[in-house]
Amino acid sequence: MKADPRGVLTGIHYLDGDHAACEGALAAGCRYIAGYPITPSTEVVERYASRIPCVGGIFMQMEDEIASSIAIQGAVWAGAKAMTVTSGPGFSLMMEHIGLAVMTEVPCVFINVQRGGPSTGLPTLPAQSDMMQARWGSHGDYEMIALCPNSAQECFDLIITAFNLSERFRTPVMFMMDECIGHMTEKVVIPKAEEISITPRQYTKKSPIEYKAYEPIKDLIPEMAPIGKGYNFHITGLTHDEKGYPAMNEETQHKLVTRLMDKIRNYKKEIIIIEEEYLDDAEVVVMSYGITSRVAEKAMIDARKEGIKVGKARLKTVWPFAEEYVFELSKKVKAIIVPELNAGQIVREVERAAKGNCEVISVPHLGGAVHKPSVIFDAIKRGANRGK
Amino acid sequence: MNKYFRADRMPHMWCPGCGIGTAVNAFVNALDKSGIDQKKLAVVSGIGCTGRVAGYINADSFHTTHGRAIPFAAGLKAASPDTKVVVFSGDGDLMSIGGNHFIHAGRKNMDLLVICVNNLNYAMTGGQVSATTPLTAITATAPYGSFCEPFNLPYIAEATGAVYVARWTVYHVREMQKAIGEALKKKGFCFIELISPCPTLFERRNKMGSGLTRLKFYKENAIVENGADTKKTTLELNKPFIVGKFVDVEGRQTYLDAMNKYYDEKFQCDLNYMTYKGVRSSYNIEEECEGCQND
Repeated sequence: MKADPRGVLTGIHYLDGDHAACEGALAAGCRYIAGYPITPSTEVVERYASRIPCVGGIFMQMEDEIASSIAIQGAVWAGAKAMTVTSGPGFSLMMEHIGLAVMTEVPCVFINVQRGGPSTGLPTLPAQSDMMQARWGSHGDYEMIALCPNSAQECFDLIITAFNLSERFRTPVMFMMDECIGHMTEKVVIPKAEEISITPRQYTKKSPIEYKAYEPIKDLIPEMAPIGKGYNFHITGLTHDEKGYPAMNEETQHKLVTRLMDKIRNYKKEIIIIEEEYLDDAEVVVMSYGITSRVAEKAMIDARKEGIKVGKARLKTVWPFAEEYVFELSKKVKAIIVPELNAGQIVREVERAAKGNCEVISVPHLGGAVHKPSVIFDAIKRGANRGK
Repeated sequence: MNKYFRADRMPHMWCPGCGIGTAVNAFVNALDKSGIDQKKLAVVSGIGCTGRVAGYINADSFHTTHGRAIPFAAGLKAASPDTKVVVFSGDGDLMSIGGNHFIHAGRKNMDLLVICVNNLNYAMTGGQVSATTPLTAITATAPYGSFCEPFNLPYIAEATGAVYVARWTVYHVREMQKAIGEALKKKGFCFIELISPCPTLFERRNKMGSGLTRLKFYKENAIVENGADTKKTTLELNKPFIVGKFVDVEGRQTYLDAMNKYYDEKFQCDLNYMTYKGVRSSYNIEEECEGCQND
């Protein structure tokens, strides 16, 4: 399906990441946002509130992030594509409803423009320290999809992917920006509506009598039913059977939670996007995401000038983690360098996936600024000096 | 009435002597008389004993998270304005954990009917003190009696701007049904409090006898006073209390009506309207932007 032209601001723009993400959401067909102001994410909803009368949709500022994160789910069941936007403290408040969206299989998008934490932390300064929270923040076992843009252009492009993945897999998708990406103004090219491909919602073609709300139809995914058409479907956050009715026992729990995880695990290839460069002969690979990948770029240029064979593997999809990819990579290289604006979160995944095949060097930074390229450069050099 | 219930979900899980079933029965009867298309009804509940109502009513129904039925319903209503959205939940859910959402939905005059079964405690979790537990009443977490005054729900509802506020007990079957019927026809934020016994927990701990004893208490101690000042509708342990219809006003604009009216008046939108105030506006790629391709 092609994008609805009403939401597509075709042209060349000079936008920051927050504004670009808003335009991307509009292009993706997002017609409902419930949100609560929080730095550094607020520009997304400010622009949305201003744009939406002419696109045809609704912005509602709610009383808090808890309300925002469930109001969007009401809107999704009512037929809208919807998202909410927040930063660290608000993201913490949303965790229960991320779990609800997983459990009741609600396609929606959560933007987190990350700032320094814990607690109120650094409202106006960057961090990438919610990466594990995005994966594990809600209670219970589940799989998560999380994408990480590294430019204003990618805020536009990748959030369309986020919406499409949420519809494809009927699951919430985390869009993990950071303060720098949110506030960095760059050129953004918005294509024509007919060049943007949109995944429509999968509504059932069955009659209300035949329809079961949680019967997996294709690729382990059940079909949604439209509201107000006599399907009389029931949705619950309790463990439920295929009819959607509460069934609190071991068998139903096992069957349901396994399916919820497998519908993502089994289709990782469709979800994982990695940007690669100079990997053919690389001895050292820098694996980064978000703003840190932009800083690492400078370190890699410097390292190559010194003759170090350094390659790039940038995670656009952080969750589900590309563990098979990292395992294969680890067999070919001396070291994988993982710079990130946190105490070392994704590096644990890299270590786990590398299974000791190569050196994994963490380059942590607790946020408030980005890395100095020289710090990453030094790590690349350390990696290159390891014997293989 | 059978068509309004999910027969395959029966028997329900409520205790003997509990009033939730009576409240649901009144709701379904009122619904039937209202002429509302069953297809266009959505029932939203939170968590708790009354939170299970959504699971028994044969409509598009949503059993959401604890305290958050109202914001879910607000999103549902916004994206599907022709759906009649009813929030059916308990005092612990709507007024204790969810109190913030309640007051804001009232402030916005969201077009929702909120039915709160008030059994004066958290029943599902074993009878703990809630925001509506009367002063000195004993609960599992207030073994020496509650130390604070409870919320006066009709007073709060009126203060938020609700257009319809009523309180009945589950003894008042006809009045309950009539109130729900009236509220179903109204547009805007409507609130009905239905006081119910919780014989298994609250009544037992406070030595108030069975559900039936409690209904007799309601019969003898509920003072019907329509139009009463909601400052006076407090609930005290084992004291007479006021029931009735307290608020029924016309003319207050709902959030969505106000928004749509403004948008219709102020924006002449069409597909060509593609500029955005405050940001450098777009320009056509083919015509003007050859130079940009080089940077």
